[in-house]
Amino acid sequence: MSTPFSPEPPDAELVRRAKAGELDAFEALTNRYEQRVYGLAMRMLRQAQDAEDVTQQTFLSVLENLEGFRGDSSFSTWVLRIASHAALKIIRKRKGLPTVSLEEATEPSDNINSIPHPEFIADWRQSPAHLVEQHEVRRLLDDALARLDEKYRLVFLLRDAEGLSVKETAEALELSEGNVKIRLLRARLQLREDLTRALGDPARQLVRSPHHHQ
Amino acid sequence: MKCEELLAMLNEYVDGTVDPAICEEFERHMAGCNPCQVVVDNIRQTITLYRDGRPHALPMQFREKMHADLRKKWKEKFPAQ
Repeated sequence: MSTPFSPEPPDAELVRRAKAGELDAFEALTNRYEQRVYGLAMRMLRQAQDAEDVTQQTFLSVLENLEGFRGDSSFSTWVLRIASHAALKIIRKRKGLPTVSLEEATEPSDNINSIPHPEFIADWRQSPAHLVEQHEVRRLLDDALARLDEKYRLVFLLRDAEGLSVKETAEALELSEGNVKIRLLRARLQLREDLTRALGDPARQLVRSPHHHQ
Repeated sequence: MKCEELLAMLNEYVDGTVDPAICEEFERHMAGCNPCQVVVDNIRQTITLYRDGRPHALPMQFREKMHADLRKKWKEKFPAQ
């Protein structure tokens, strides 16, 4: 991860130097992204050994494929793409499924008409700023993620937790932007539902009467 | 705008990429529909929690081993240096 107080060379410069054989530049890139890769893998897999495997595989793959990286996407998107595929591979293996691409995993139900409506609607009892400080909240967040199908989970993590754009998320996962958007909407709605059931104030629950609006 | 239509536009609204004319309609709907207003608030809070939540820290022992492995691989790849 980059530190904001010291002017560090941009990724592109480090990539160029690493390609020329400079180990320090490669290590600087690894230092910059290893925590993000591990954090993403832990949120995907919830198992430290598997997250370590994903992290190691990711940076070995970066080392082996660096010459082939032409900078069509940013280096960060490229690294997160490698990590995403490594994590998905482990999930497929756990489920005893053959490795399929994310695009193949698209279901016909992935359209706007099948989006589930919000059910539990209430203001939260505490602000996010208070909540992130609490140790048990991380567990709540991880539990909610675990209930989310992995193809929605990965899109949500890359877009909303890692801060990739919709376009970058689509590139990383080899999906269309439309597909990313619909998965993101499903993920956001399901996580909202889950978290609001835990964090919402039942005394302030709102009931939506069906079709009460024109 | 109906609640269903608002739901379909939710991503674009939350991400600030919605067309200004639709944004206005969206906000007019929310002003008269408390449940939709709260859902939008909840979604924003959900995103904030995951974005700012504490990451699982990379274990130091693993990190050291990985760096050692990577250095070894690097020296195989660039033996002259």
